Formats: sequence, structure tokens, C-alpha cells
Amino acid sequence: MGTSNEPFVTFSEVQKTYDGETLVVKNLNLTIQHGEFLTLLGPSGSGKTTTLMMLAGFEVPTHGRIEMDGVAINNVAPHKRNIGMVFQNYALFPHMTVEENLAFPLQVRKISRSEVTSKVERALEMVQMPEMRKRRPAQLSGGQQQRVALARALVFDPKLVLMDEPLGALDKQLREHMQIEIKHIHERLGVTIVYVTHDQSEALTMSDRVAVFNDGVIQQLAKPSDLYERPENSFVAQFIGENNRLSGRITALNGGACAVEIGSQGETAKGEVKATPISVKDIGSQTTLSLRPERVRINPEGGIYANQFDAEVQELIYLGDHTRCRVSVLGNSNFIIKVPNAEGVPSLTPGQTVRVGWKPEDCRALDAF
Amino acid sequence: MSVTTSPLLQGSLKARLRRAERVQRLRAIGLVAPLFIFILITFVVPIIILMTRSVDNPEVAENLPLTMAALSDWDATTLPDEAVFAALVEDLKTAQASRNTGLVGKRLNYEISGARSKLLQAGRAAEKMTAGPYKEQFLELDDLWGKVETWQVIQRAGEKITSFYLLKSLDLQRGVDGAIVQVSPDQRLFVDVFIRTLGISTMVTVATLLLGFPLAYILATLPVRHSNLLMIFVLLPFWTSLLVRTTAWVVVLQTEGPINDLLLWTGLTDERLQLIFSRFGTIVAMTHIQLPFTLLPIYSVMKTISPNYVRAARSLGSGPFHAFWTIYFPQTMPGIAAGCLLTFILCLGYYITPALVGGPTDQMISYFVALYTNRELNWGQASALGGILLLATLVLYAVYNRLVGIDKMKLG
Repeated sequence: MGTSNEPFVTFSEVQKTYDGETLVVKNLNLTIQHGEFLTLLGPSGSGKTTTLMMLAGFEVPTHGRIEMDGVAINNVAPHKRNIGMVFQNYALFPHMTVEENLAFPLQVRKISRSEVTSKVERALEMVQMPEMRKRRPAQLSGGQQQRVALARALVFDPKLVLMDEPLGALDKQLREHMQIEIKHIHERLGVTIVYVTHDQSEALTMSDRVAVFNDGVIQQLAKPSDLYERPENSFVAQFIGENNRLSGRITALNGGACAVEIGSQGETAKGEVKATPISVKDIGSQTTLSLRPERVRINPEGGIYANQFDAEVQELIYLGDHTRCRVSVLGNSNFIIKVPNAEGVPSLTPGQTVRVGWKPEDCRALDAF
Repeated sequence: MSVTTSPLLQGSLKARLRRAERVQRLRAIGLVAPLFIFILITFVVPIIILMTRSVDNPEVAENLPLTMAALSDWDATTLPDEAVFAALVEDLKTAQASRNTGLVGKRLNYEISGARSKLLQAGRAAEKMTAGPYKEQFLELDDLWGKVETWQVIQRAGEKITSFYLLKSLDLQRGVDGAIVQVSPDQRLFVDVFIRTLGISTMVTVATLLLGFPLAYILATLPVRHSNLLMIFVLLPFWTSLLVRTTAWVVVLQTEGPINDLLLWTGLTDERLQLIFSRFGTIVAMTHIQLPFTLLPIYSVMKTISPNYVRAARSLGSGPFHAFWTIYFPQTMPGIAAGCLLTFILCLGYYITPALVGGPTDQMISYFVALYTNRELNWGQASALGGILLLATLVLYAVYNRLVGIDKMKLG
């Protein structure tokens, strides 16, 4: 989405600590392009919200530099940054009507009355709520409040909009609807959005790029599809989507292929798996293999499915379009296979022994988890 | 389905519902009843009884019945005739026998100063009177009996229900022709006292708000471990007896006390200031006592205001003060209203503190209620003053309800 090669926002070597003992954000380097939809994704306490608050100006970095359009903004007060923000519980001013809420950022900017009216009007139309203008926030449903909060963050035409888990309080259906709506508004206005969430499906649906946070560090910054299909470490593989893990030791490593002996240290090996090395160092080191459940075949034909093992079916869960099949393979009894509900798929029964297989390129050897 | 549509069976359904819920209802009544009865006996009934005292007027009517009957066809402009005086002698003889002359004298004394001793004198004289004409004998006894006003007062005081005490509480009285007029300027007292009571209460309320609001803000925004310690300091006065706190202020503020010592030592003043037995002392001591009452409702409201509101305002371009004033402050209004109303109403009833720390011109209405109850034994006047104070409080409450809405008030 980048419209210019100059980065819009840059974090360089940013650190943040609240108590002087532990770093909440460790050495953060991040660039955000103009017009980009960037999501900061991670479990709670991973530093994503702190990063957002530093960008908004509510927290000051302990170390490092945050730049916007090439100018350091570390010491710029929040109200001078011209950044729109949508808060977790919307933070609509309860003593003001919808209209007054939307007019607030315009009035503090001393914009003329007629222009305020027309901008408020346009913002209300953008979120399809012109008839709600006289209502108080308490008289609106969660979804309506969310729209007003969105309109308020956009009404003064900021170049950057921050969103802190804005859909967290909505039910699933409304959340999915709002995801699409925010995405469309982003595309229409071309505004840069930095979005914080702990919901991975939300991140994958909406973002141009996703930064996965854990323990104060960005684990991987990539497009949604790369994040899912090409995780660079075990945390990302485990955090994004469903993942089968197999632990073992590297026995052979050459270029784009490696062989891994499955089993914990000191145990006799349960079998050897051919995999693609991603973040492994050398022969003999420990590794965790990551394998997506939908990449495993039952009763595969030979050839490309170079890894083939016997598995015992433990449990079947019928989910309509597919069946989740938990099997025991290579000593892992929590191995999940997604069997599509299509013609030609064998019917399974618990206790049955089947042959399962997967391609080496779908099986990624990552750091030992 | 057909069971519920039949009206006959519907009735029985309602009956069954009532029966099913009876136990629940009885339980609820049983839980509430002790407190309800307690409040009824110790609070509601005494208030009603005392309120009736403010219009109750039995002394003259019960002890001078014949005189009152004789006065019923009096023209009220000339001196009454012999028949009235004869009736008075009869009444006084009965009153002397039952030792009630003093009671009548005391009642008349409220309106004519010195009437009590003159009535006792007349009572003693009446006992010795055997034959008329009584009118001359009375006129000889004292000037009092020769004045038309005296008889007008007796006639009015003889009514079983009187507006005398209530009017007196507002510095009003019935004039010669029965119209309501102001009392003579040297007797005016209570209007000033009511204004003073409202004035002191307002000042204390404003002072507690000015001191309490910033403190409440700090308490609500500080991390819990710091705010807990501060909160203990705020609540300490709560756990100390009111009398102890007030006496402590006497010690601190007295002319030879530490504050005056400090002022002299620092050279801020050349002579010792009159800090105690003054309006200043009264307001300082009352503010200290009332501070938690104003602060706590504000604090509890502030606790519920998410910091995100101010953050949102800041992100929308509003400076720190503007965000505080337009976004944070309006949301604290329910707490401010609750705290100020609580403090103001409590201040209206202050008695001990002004009595100990204030001077003669700082006494509030409760002081006079106590004075009339304990010293003057004029319960009619005490009840009337209390009644007007209660009415003023209720009016205030109603106005508040109209402006803010009592349902918006948050005490915690």
C-alpha cells in the first residue's frame, strides 16, 4: 500500500520500562509506510499496547527515537500529534451527544462553525448513522458506539489513526462485519492505520502487514499470508492458526532440506522426518517442527508426500465443512489433521490405524520451543 | 396452551402465583420490619410530635376557659367589661389552686415582656378578692390590665392552635389588627440567624469542595498503594470523636496557641490574632470535619471515570487543561453534587462546633433550638425553628432534585 518510499513512522531502538527493572518493549525497530494498515498482534503483556501508547504520546519511551515524517516526536504532546485514536471501550464522552462528540476535535482546532457542521455531517454519513446525531452514547448499541468512535477519530482528517482493540467488546458477527467496514474505510480514505489486537483472525483479515509481538520483541513482521504459511519461529507458528508440533534433533542438514529425529533428548528416536530448515543452526541441535493440520493427508500416495507414518485415530470432531481428526503419531497424541468434507475422503473411526503423510516443504524446522 | 387462555383458570393461575410468592414476600417484610419499626419509633414519630408542638397552644385556653368564653363577644377595641374581669378572677382562682398561673404567665411573657410576674401578682390578688367590681380592682393592681393590647394578646394566645411560634421564627408577629407584620427591629433575630446558618454552610461547602476536589483527584489517579495511605489520612478524622476534633481546634486556634505562636515567631503579625471564637475558627473547624463527606462521593465517582476519556480528548487535539475541564470535570458533577449537598445539609444542623469554636455572632440555628429546648423550656419556639430548618432542607433537596436529579447522585 505504500504510496511513497519515505517511511511515515519510524521506531528506532525504542525501549520502555515502567518500573526500571523489566523492559516491556525491548529494542523496537519498526517502520510504517504511508497508507499502510499495520496490525500489532500478540498476547496480553507482549508490549503491543505500550508501543501504541508511545506512538500516541501517552507513554514516553525510556530509550530510543520515534519519528513521524522524519521529525522526532518523542517530546511532542499527544494533542499536537494530530493522530486519531479509537479506544478499547470507545471512550465516547458520555455527557455529549453523538454530534457534539464528533464536533469536539474540530472545535478545539477552531474550525469555523459551518465547516464543523459539514464535516460532522460527512463523518456521520461515512458510518451510516445520520439519524443518531442527537443521541447520547449510552443510548447507542455497542456497534453504533464503535462507529461513532471511528467517525470521531477520522473526522479531523488525521494522517494516522491508532486503534486499540476496538472490536473487543462486540459479538462475533458484528465484529466480523466491522472488520470489513474498517477495511473499506481504510481503502477509501487512504489513511494510515495502526491496529492493536490479540485476535489473530482479525489481524489476518484486515492488515497489509502484521507485527507479531511477544515478550516485548517483534517476533515476525510480514504479510498475513506469509505469517501463516511461512512462520519464522515457533512462537509465530503456534500463535497464528492451528499448528502441529514435533520436537527432535537435526541429523542431517544440507541447503534447503534437513532430517530430524523425533523424540526428546535421551529417548530412542520414534522416526525420522524430512523437513525444510528455517531457523536451525547445525547438526545435533534441537528443533521444533511446525506443520499445519490441513497440510496432512490421510492415506497419501507416494512421491511428494515424502513423510509417511502410521497413526492411530484418537478422536473425531465433525465441523460441517471439515472433520478435525486427532491422531497419535510419532509419540505425539495431540496431532491434528483437518479432513475436508469432500468426495473420496475415507471414513474414519477412533482406534483405527491409518497412514498419514506430508510434504517436506510444508514441514518447517524452527527453533526449539 | 388452552389452560392459559381460559379466563377462569387464569384467575387461579394468579392465585397460585400469589401463594407461591407469599413466603418470599413475608421473608422480605420480616427482614425490613425491624429497621422500619425502629425508624418509625425513634425518628418519624418524634419528628411529627415535635412539629405539632410548633403550633400547639394549650396554656391560656386550658387555664383561662371562662375568660376566653367571656372574651368571645368582645369588640377588641375598647377595654373589656366587668363580666370578663369576673371570669378572669374565677379562672385565676382555679389556676392558683392547681399552680398553673405561672404557666399562663410564661406564655403571655413571650408576647408582653414582664407579663409573667404581673400575672403571678394578679393571681395572688385574685385569691383575696371576694366581691366586685373586679375591673377597678384590676386596673388599680397594674397598668397592664388597662391596656387594650393586653386583652388582644390574651385573646390570641387563647386560641388552641397558633401561628405565633412560626411567625416569631421568621421575625414576624400578628399586629394590632391581626395582620402579619415584622417585629420591632430590636427584637429581630431569627432571620439573621437563618441567613447566617445558610451563609456558614455555603462557605464550608465551598471550602471543602476547593480542598477536597484536588485531593480526590490525586487519590483516584494515584497507584493503589500510595492512594491507600493517603486515604487513611483522609479517613482519620472520621474515626475521631467530633468533640475531640473540635476541642483540638480550640487548642490550636486559641490566642496563646501554636498558630499564633508561629505567626508571631515568623513575624507575619505583630500581635496575637483572634482566631478562635470567631467566624474564621468556626469555618476552619467545620471544614475540617466535613471534608471527608464532600471528598468521598467525588472520589468514588472519579474512580469510575476511565483515564481513556481524557486520553481520547488529548488525542483529538485538546490540551491538558481543556481536556480536564471539558471532559473530565463534567463527569465528576454527580459526585460534586452529592458531596456538596451532603455537606451543606449536615452543616445546616451544626451545633457543637460553633458553640465551642464560634463567638456569639457565629451561632447557628441549632444553637437556638437547643437554647429554647434546654434553657428557656419554650418547646413551641424550638419546634418552630426546627420545623423551618427541616422545611428549608426539604426545599433545597427538591431544588437539587429538579436541577441535578437525585438518581444521578452517587454516594459511593
